[in-house]
Amino acid sequence: MEVLTKVHARRLVEWARDKPQVVVLSADLTSSTEIAEFREAYPDRFFSMGIAEQNMVSFAAGLAREGMVPMVHTFAVFIYRQALNQIVSSVAYSNLPVKLFGFLPGITTPGGATHQAIEDIAVLRAVPNMTIFETGDATDIETVLDPVLSDPGPVYVRMLRGEVPRLFPADEPLVPGRSRRLRSGSDLTLLTAGICTEEAMRATAVLEARGLSIEHLHVTTHKPFADPAILEAVAKPRFGVITMENHTIVGGLGSAVAEVMAEKGVPRRLHRIGLRDTFAHGGSRPYLMRKYGLDARALVEAVEELVGRSLGVAEPELEAVRIEPVHSLAKAEAL
Amino acid sequence: MLASSGPPELTWVKEVRRTADAIRRRVMEHVLANDGGYLSQACSAGEILSTLYLRTMRMGPSVAPPVPPPFSGVPGRGVPALSGGGYHGLPGAELDRFFLSPAHYALVLYTALIEVGRMAPEGLEQFNKDGSTVEMIGAEHSPGFEMMGGALAQTLSQAAGIALARKRRGDGGRVFVFLSDGEFQEGQTWEALQAMAFYGLDRMIVYVDVNGHQCDGRMDEVMRIEPIQTRIESFGCRAVMVDGHDPVALDAPTRDPVAGRPLVVLCRTDPCHGIPLLESRRPRFHYLRFASVAERESFRRFYDASMGGGGR
Repeated sequence: MEVLTKVHARRLVEWARDKPQVVVLSADLTSSTEIAEFREAYPDRFFSMGIAEQNMVSFAAGLAREGMVPMVHTFAVFIYRQALNQIVSSVAYSNLPVKLFGFLPGITTPGGATHQAIEDIAVLRAVPNMTIFETGDATDIETVLDPVLSDPGPVYVRMLRGEVPRLFPADEPLVPGRSRRLRSGSDLTLLTAGICTEEAMRATAVLEARGLSIEHLHVTTHKPFADPAILEAVAKPRFGVITMENHTIVGGLGSAVAEVMAEKGVPRRLHRIGLRDTFAHGGSRPYLMRKYGLDARALVEAVEELVGRSLGVAEPELEAVRIEPVHSLAKAEAL
Repeated sequence: MLASSGPPELTWVKEVRRTADAIRRRVMEHVLANDGGYLSQACSAGEILSTLYLRTMRMGPSVAPPVPPPFSGVPGRGVPALSGGGYHGLPGAELDRFFLSPAHYALVLYTALIEVGRMAPEGLEQFNKDGSTVEMIGAEHSPGFEMMGGALAQTLSQAAGIALARKRRGDGGRVFVFLSDGEFQEGQTWEALQAMAFYGLDRMIVYVDVNGHQCDGRMDEVMRIEPIQTRIESFGCRAVMVDGHDPVALDAPTRDPVAGRPLVVLCRTDPCHGIPLLESRRPRFHYLRFASVAERESFRRFYDASMGGGGR
């Protein structure tokens, strides 16, 4: 599997070249959110706002009212936790094209509970006019910018940074409102988002070798949540539906799928993998995924529970989880 | 003429004073008719708004319907935002913009728009009526508003974003913001001042109604903001303190801009100005709801005797 570094940093510079209306705002995390290259390339379109996220979000609304497309970059928690009222009252109500790029989703950071965005999708899904995308690989990161710009209103993007795998062909862009189908099958339907997709892919081949037929969709648009392929996929599996998200199971992908199933009267079981209404703490990604049940083994266990039997999957059989050093060259800081 | 009376008052100053009194009179009428309302804000801010509209700000004539249109829906997919900004005329590079932040001053702002000829008096009849844009807490679609100021402190940051965009375009027009002093208890206000100074937004002019009171009572008993002038200056903005009921003093600071520095005009005001009867409510002026028929009648008698009531 190809692993790329600083995908957003490169892509943003290249993409924004012919888009003078695009400006970038930073809250003192310029290297950490991969916008240092943008600052170097277009210094007159880069605004340093300091560690003052509430002003930054409202200020961005003012820029948007004057025809700019501000792209606010910081760690996700400092956007939706620090400045929720500003997102709602300055940006979302007026449907302004302020684009919020939130980094360090879920347990992707050893920074602990203050840095881990575990309920961002739940919170922002409840905000009218908000569009929400989540990236799961390098292709998603490279191709999310066009949909972000073409959406006329506010958009929140759950971003990945640093070393990112390429799971999807570079010439198959993220399509807003459409999931990516990774497998087709009839026994189980699996819906995953963000880094959970890569993790789930470690288990699905093993599960199919056990004779299970799996429908696997990678979700990139959390809101609006209206992909007809998802409705179709949740309606048909023999054993049930599994969602897997790097987020609390309250209000995120699992909840969105539950809402769709309940409203459409789909009589299937649903198993939600994610943070089970708990905060996490600081640690490596593999450690946290194991500890909080977000890894391939957790998926196998969920499948066993739904099909009602042990599948005898041994640990070595699941591809070794990618171990990342806490200190990576791709990161300015170890957060 | 007596020597102590000083020079004759300029015509525009007389007009500002007359307009400020008219704002208070109309707000008083509204409060009497509706058994309550934001009356003290008219007392404190009457001269500030009148001076800004009649003397200080450069704006084109209103391009909005004299009687505000009914509420047509919130902004959303395929639904453009309805703005109340048309009452301030079309935007122009050399023209000023005006944003009132404390949206509970809406009644005073609507009344000011009426008294300066930007809105029809009938428009106020829709105040706080279901289906109306003339809302109690001014919203983006309400006359004279362009933003959701109801969550305090956000308007200043948004206006700063607008001012930066205008600066980059080379606009000569200024961005005026009206703030209440209570908003200096909000952290975001200081974040905004810090950014305004950092980006040298010298075409931003902020008028603050320093009436010293907030919902719970006296500000120095709720949460002290003094010394407000030196605090603002230490954040890199210019701050001047003026008598908020003196039109000449209110207008003067804007005639003397300093390159690179935003201006904050702190207007010391009396929350009972023009309606001394309000003193009985001290220190809680935020919203007047008559406690009894007798109290309402006492205000009506004052209106009749001292505010030219009854004859209108």
